[in-house]
Amino acid sequence: MRIDCPHCGSRDVQEFIYLRDAGPRRPDGMAATLAEMHVYLHERDNPAGRHRELWYHGSGCRAWLVVTRDTRTHAVFAVEALPASVESAST
Amino acid sequence: MSPQPFRTPAGGLIDRAKPFGFSFDGRRLEGYEGDTLASALLANGVRLVGRSFKYHRPRGILSAGSEEPNALVELRSGARREPNTRATTAELFDGLEAASQNRWPSLDFDLLSVNSLFGSALAAGFYYKTFMWPAAFWERVYEPLIRRAAGLGRAAVAADPDHYEKAFAFCDVLVIGGGPAGLSAALSAGRAGARVILCDEDFALGGRLLSDRRMIGGRPAADWLAATLAELESMPDMRLMRRSTVFGVYDHGVYGVVERVSDHLPTPPPFQPRQRSWRITAKRAILAAGAIERPVVFAGNDTPGVMLAGAVRSYVNRFGVLPGREAVLFTTGDDGWTTARDLADAGARVVAIVDARAEIDAGLRALAERIGARLVTGAVVESAHGGKALRGISVRNAAGHHVEMACDLLAVSNGWNPTLHLTSHQNTRPVWDATIAAFVPGAMPPGLVAAGSAAGRFRLEQALDGGARLGAEAAAECGHGRGAGTTDRTADDEGLPATPVWRVSGGSGRKRGKAFVDFQNDVTDFDIELSAREGFRAVEHLKRYTTLGMATDQGKTSNVSGLALMAEQTGKLIPDTGTTIFRPPYTPVAIGALGGHHRGRDFRPTRISPTHAWSERQGAVFIESGAWIRAQYYPQPGERDWLETVNREVLAVRAGVGVCDVSTLGKIDLQGRDVGVFLDRVYCNTWSTLPIGKARYGLMLREDGFVMDDGTTSRLADDHYLMTTTTANAGKVMQHLEFCHQVLWPELDVRMVSVSERWAQAAIAGPRSRDVLRGVVDGQHDISDDAFPYLAAREVTVGGGIPARLFRISFSGERAFELAVPSGFGDAMMQAIMASGRDYGITPYGLEALGVLRIEKGHVAGSELNGQTTARDLGLGKMMSSKKDYIGRLMATRPALVEAERPTLAGFRPVDASQRLRAGAHFLGLGQPASIENDEGHMTSTAYSPHLRSWIGLGRIRNGATRIGERVRAYDPVRNGDVVVEICNPVFFDPEGARLHG
Ligand SMILES: [Zn+2]
Repeated sequence: MRIDCPHCGSRDVQEFIYLRDAGPRRPDGMAATLAEMHVYLHERDNPAGRHRELWYHGSGCRAWLVVTRDTRTHAVFAVEALPASVESAST
Repeated sequence: MSPQPFRTPAGGLIDRAKPFGFSFDGRRLEGYEGDTLASALLANGVRLVGRSFKYHRPRGILSAGSEEPNALVELRSGARREPNTRATTAELFDGLEAASQNRWPSLDFDLLSVNSLFGSALAAGFYYKTFMWPAAFWERVYEPLIRRAAGLGRAAVAADPDHYEKAFAFCDVLVIGGGPAGLSAALSAGRAGARVILCDEDFALGGRLLSDRRMIGGRPAADWLAATLAELESMPDMRLMRRSTVFGVYDHGVYGVVERVSDHLPTPPPFQPRQRSWRITAKRAILAAGAIERPVVFAGNDTPGVMLAGAVRSYVNRFGVLPGREAVLFTTGDDGWTTARDLADAGARVVAIVDARAEIDAGLRALAERIGARLVTGAVVESAHGGKALRGISVRNAAGHHVEMACDLLAVSNGWNPTLHLTSHQNTRPVWDATIAAFVPGAMPPGLVAAGSAAGRFRLEQALDGGARLGAEAAAECGHGRGAGTTDRTADDEGLPATPVWRVSGGSGRKRGKAFVDFQNDVTDFDIELSAREGFRAVEHLKRYTTLGMATDQGKTSNVSGLALMAEQTGKLIPDTGTTIFRPPYTPVAIGALGGHHRGRDFRPTRISPTHAWSERQGAVFIESGAWIRAQYYPQPGERDWLETVNREVLAVRAGVGVCDVSTLGKIDLQGRDVGVFLDRVYCNTWSTLPIGKARYGLMLREDGFVMDDGTTSRLADDHYLMTTTTANAGKVMQHLEFCHQVLWPELDVRMVSVSERWAQAAIAGPRSRDVLRGVVDGQHDISDDAFPYLAAREVTVGGGIPARLFRISFSGERAFELAVPSGFGDAMMQAIMASGRDYGITPYGLEALGVLRIEKGHVAGSELNGQTTARDLGLGKMMSSKKDYIGRLMATRPALVEAERPTLAGFRPVDASQRLRAGAHFLGLGQPASIENDEGHMTSTAYSPHLRSWIGLGRIRNGATRIGERVRAYDPVRNGDVVVEICNPVFFDPEGARLHG
């Protein structure tokens, strides 16, 4: 599998580390509740198909990236650099 | 008699001027350069080469390629012994040792062939039926019995003396297969200017052109082959990889390839690996892997001397070998007839041609007449017999009468199956093409196309045209134009394709003898009938019930016949019965090749500290600690054991001064306006109040509330901080901080970089540490207790201007400093510290003494920060700020993480001071039996304290903090430990911390 890092170009998946679904936003601040934090940490969809997810280019530029991938075929539709992609996702 | 009685007087692509000696089962034989082991064995008249897996049936050579199910042999000897190698692909070399396998006591006389007589007991599903009961019998009786009776070859016992490596390559177009289609594809892609890699598993390029007498453009195909190879070799961006099997197709155009660099040599040349595994990334790939001929299922079809017709042509035309002298051809199409022609031309007697078709071309009749072969049309071979070597066959003619024929070779031609295995590695399925009665590639992995026979286009012209067209298209898709140059691709005629005969039943019921579908796993047509009768009709059930296609050859010669037979049983069409897909690897790949250099000590990189050489000069004993090699202790002459050495080092630190390398700690440089805010959010304690020039201990939680890491972080300037992490977690913390910044809080002005390897760092600990440092740090820096108190942290210079960082921090509980200099000065720094410390008796100490000192002080380390402990568990609950948000804040409040019963940190001392403590011992109430219910926690770290003259330990026990003075058992059944210990304050030494401040 290969990921087209916006900073480094097409690289082997061995250079990257997968973290999780890119969707959940951390409930920051002292007003956040345990219930909200539980949702943020544990509740995930498990889609068969398109999935926006966080990958870390640890053996490359060290950027966290948002990779849109088909979980059935591993087809990669988009690789976006942060933070722009997170901001755009939240609007 | 000639030394190679079955070698033709001339012809073939072998080099008769280069004879090679080799042995088979100890017998000395001779072959030529250019032979495979199989062709050399056949040249010597060796027919019987192995015994079958289950029934120990005598087996010979069926094919001439990697599809071979029978001729599996052991090659070489000693540590290089390699089992299950196909004799048909093993390249002959001078001195090759080969041995048959799966026979006992000898190949010729195999006692276990009695399995064959009790065949019904070993029929399909026998594992499931016979060995279901009783369970204990399985382990003690059945499994050893089966291991003895079955199995395939013996692995070497000693470590492999050769090495293997991994390599990476990138190209526009990868061509898989070097036959006419592949060479055409490479040629047109190469002419267009594409970067091309062509791989072929054979040691010679040409594919079927090496084995078949064909014409291209009105001239012998050999001329076309030579001209094409010459042109390819001349192209600058063309890599031709012989002896290289593309074994797997992975996502996004990644292909796994194993290159047999030195398998054809007695030992690898200097600095060369035995094999090399490649990961080739290609924008486009063309599968031109050809096709595999299929056998016919009839009684005795596994008798040595029954061979695929195309393989016979390979032996005759490529290797100059007659696989028999009295041959019969059994064919279902025109293709087989060329085998009869080539055999006759090479000097064999073609006894008969048995063609299953009633009607055949007049030209073929004339051929039969010319070579003097008896022609029997509309007929089938019903059985073959001879045991260890074919002696004759029984033919059933169109009228249903039986004709017996004596022969020593039966060439079987029943059409071809495209070698489409790689097309299904991405879970896409082949489809049935009724016009050629074969599966052809269906949906394909992205970027891959099939050409020639692999696509079911079997004719030579189709291979040449299709290859050329697809090669040009692939190059164009990679941005290259059309190439110049033309080639005449007209080929000679090749007649009508086969009308396959899947099985010849007939004969007299079960007594007719076994008819094999899967030769390697000994699956018969009877097994498939049984599977159908017992309801295992779906393909995946059929495979598992009968083991059809599940041997190391993945059913290359058997899957389609097996499906055809199941279709016959169930009254369905073959495509409605199903198909199986294939997995990597296409042919078996040695684990060594996949591992490459990553074995033994080279499994992962070894990291050494910048002061390593200095420690070596001090006579250090080293120990592996994660990826690092660290100084464990520094023995002095006369010391009897490690404990004596470590005790001396520990006492020296507390009494005077010691020096220890701490360069392996993770170091992260953080800069920016918002670093203080950032640290507040990633550490559980408060950071925004840290003054410039100060260090602070920090505790980092994971978002789930458990402790992640600890360390000190110093503020060197207003917007410049330096974080240290534990050695083990350096990479993980860096990744975490990048996540926190880039994903969670990109608005913060923070930049960070790992500087772990940029700085050498030493701890100078003990009452005299400041005196020692005074001689190291440049004079203008005031490091008195007033100017540089506990937790001071500043940039200084040493050695007359070398930049350095000095921290007054302590892991030992003594007045202590850590001094860091750029890595290249690490050795000089240690020398300077030792020189300055000589008058104070400075003592180098290692990882063991460091551990003793920190356990005496109750400091937690890796054994306590094990991912299952909270700040509270470690007695650090007060560090968790209630005034700010930070990673892990909310989850740490979950009820289970704050319940009073959780084991918390405490110290432990044996009541009898002479008794040793062991980490890992579990705590039990006195008099309580050792059971899970009574488990109260466990010991995490232990050490011998020379100050307390006793073993001491840290551990976690329920309600630890409230039970000081109580006695419990430290129970360690693995090492026969059962010690009564007293729970105590985890700070064993200087609990007031008076020594820290000097
Ligand atoms: Zn990158």
